Amino acid sequence: MDSLILSVRLAACVSGILLLIGMPLAYWLAYWNWRGKFLLEAIVALPLVLPPTVLGFYVLIALGPHGPIGKISHALFHRGLAFTFGGLVFASVLYSFPFTVQPLIASFEAMDRRLLDASALLGASRFRTFTKVILPLSLPGIVTAVVLSFAHTLGEFGVVLMVGGNLPGITRTASIDIYDRVQSMEYAEANRMALVLLIISFVVLSAVYGVNRRIGRRMWASWAAR
Amino acid sequence: MLTAQLKKSRSGRTQSSFVLDVALEIPPGITIVFGPSGAGKSTLLDCIAGLLKPDAGRIEINGDVLLDVERRIDVAPPKRKIAYVFQSLALFPHMTVKQNAAYGLADVPAPQRASLVNSILAAFRVEQLANRKADEISGGERQRVALARSLATSPRVLLLDEPLTALDEGLKKSIMEDLQRWNTAQNIPILYVTHSRAEVDTLGERVIALDQGQIISTGTPQEVLDTPRRSSLAQASGFENLFSGVVTELREADGVMRVRLVKGACEIETPLGYAAAGTAIRLAIRAGDILLATERPYGLSARNVIAGKIISLEQRGTMFIAQVAADADGAVVFTVHLTLGAKRVLELEVNHTVWLVIKTHSCHVLEDQK
Repeated sequence: MDSLILSVRLAACVSGILLLIGMPLAYWLAYWNWRGKFLLEAIVALPLVLPPTVLGFYVLIALGPHGPIGKISHALFHRGLAFTFGGLVFASVLYSFPFTVQPLIASFEAMDRRLLDASALLGASRFRTFTKVILPLSLPGIVTAVVLSFAHTLGEFGVVLMVGGNLPGITRTASIDIYDRVQSMEYAEANRMALVLLIISFVVLSAVYGVNRRIGRRMWASWAAR
Repeated sequence: MLTAQLKKSRSGRTQSSFVLDVALEIPPGITIVFGPSGAGKSTLLDCIAGLLKPDAGRIEINGDVLLDVERRIDVAPPKRKIAYVFQSLALFPHMTVKQNAAYGLADVPAPQRASLVNSILAAFRVEQLANRKADEISGGERQRVALARSLATSPRVLLLDEPLTALDEGLKKSIMEDLQRWNTAQNIPILYVTHSRAEVDTLGERVIALDQGQIISTGTPQEVLDTPRRSSLAQASGFENLFSGVVTELREADGVMRVRLVKGACEIETPLGYAAAGTAIRLAIRAGDILLATERPYGLSARNVIAGKIISLEQRGTMFIAQVAADADGAVVFTVHLTLGAKRVLELEVNHTVWLVIKTHSCHVLEDQK
């Protein structure tokens, strides 16, 4: 059960951090055009195609005592990040990046530009336009982004194993626990854990689709009536 | 007074590419910008509002410079104090009517804001909708709310991009009356963009005709629309008959010239244009300006009498539209409007021989040679 709580804590941290980073980045990618933008888009999408072990390996090196992030961490906190909860959060943020940023970009891009123009012409700053118009109208996209990154982090395995190892209560997440128990032939335990993960994932996803459909249908009706 | 000199080249996949190149002086009151779609009307408004950056030019309102490309002055849209009502209106669908109207008044203290919102909603007769969501009200109500929202901020200029096109005449008229009443107190320049001839007739004090990014004429609606100088504008302002022709003869003493229509052998007398004999021109004639006779008419002042045969007759509302092929060559077909009574009394049917009667001054010579 410890490992499950750890997984949920990790997923909550990661999706919260990703929302904070992802929102401005997605806004930038959706509304600004500049040369070389495609490179950043490729970097954002990279974790989708990269094997988790590759990502995990580089993160491990970066977090280690000789890696750039490890050095900073040593200087600030007198300890490294490898095989810690913090390191796990860092790696998972990278790994789930596209799952937050891409739904956000998609919903920002789908906004009627004339609404943004109207807001600007009514004297609103970019920030006010963002908080008063873009955010409320992108709610379905934001919900999707949060839930996808939460669910994706909950289910990750390779990156966690590479970066966090298997320390009970610190880095042993539910998926690693399941793997562990299967290795030691504790099928009943593994099954219980797997079933809980399955149910959580299903409930979360159906809640998202339900909410999005309600919000989506209402918004669609408003557009169609124009 | 709004003055603007603007140059903006536009190339798009969907829009025809053109160079907008205009110089305008817009006094307080309604000025109509009229032209066919793709003429650059919306580009012009977007440049004035600051949503598009012109390649060159200068915009000034009452001496206050908003844009001067040479001096690198470019006031951002939120600071221009220009109201702009889009064709799509762009009301915020997640807000109530009241919230929409108050959106531009964020800097105004709350009690004052509430009274401003109430009075502007009342001026456009939508105060009873204040607490309804913007996506729950009818089309005409939405136009009123959009106007109220943009005028609540006391703008210095109002830009309207065909906001009333979808409404029926009665509703359109009542909204425009409310706008005019509001503007008698405020007296700001209003630029009203449209491609509808009917709107020009009912609303305009002044008209600017725009085609392919250029101003081709300015004046009263009568002056601009009844003597169109380009065929795209002629089509937009309701000239059903557009012909290509070649000038065969100039009769300067009479102030007329003879034009042979390209497709056929028939010749038409037109007012003297700026064209030498042998040049190709375009001719525009309103379907309502052509008379039909069932016998060859004599003793007429009209100079053009052309024999032809009715090839189709179609009733549209309280009017018949006849297509008449000129005898000389079936390739030239005139569109003629008839009243129901005229069709009945003359017993007109398809295949009947008729004579078309057209006054010289009903034939408008256009500038381009498309």
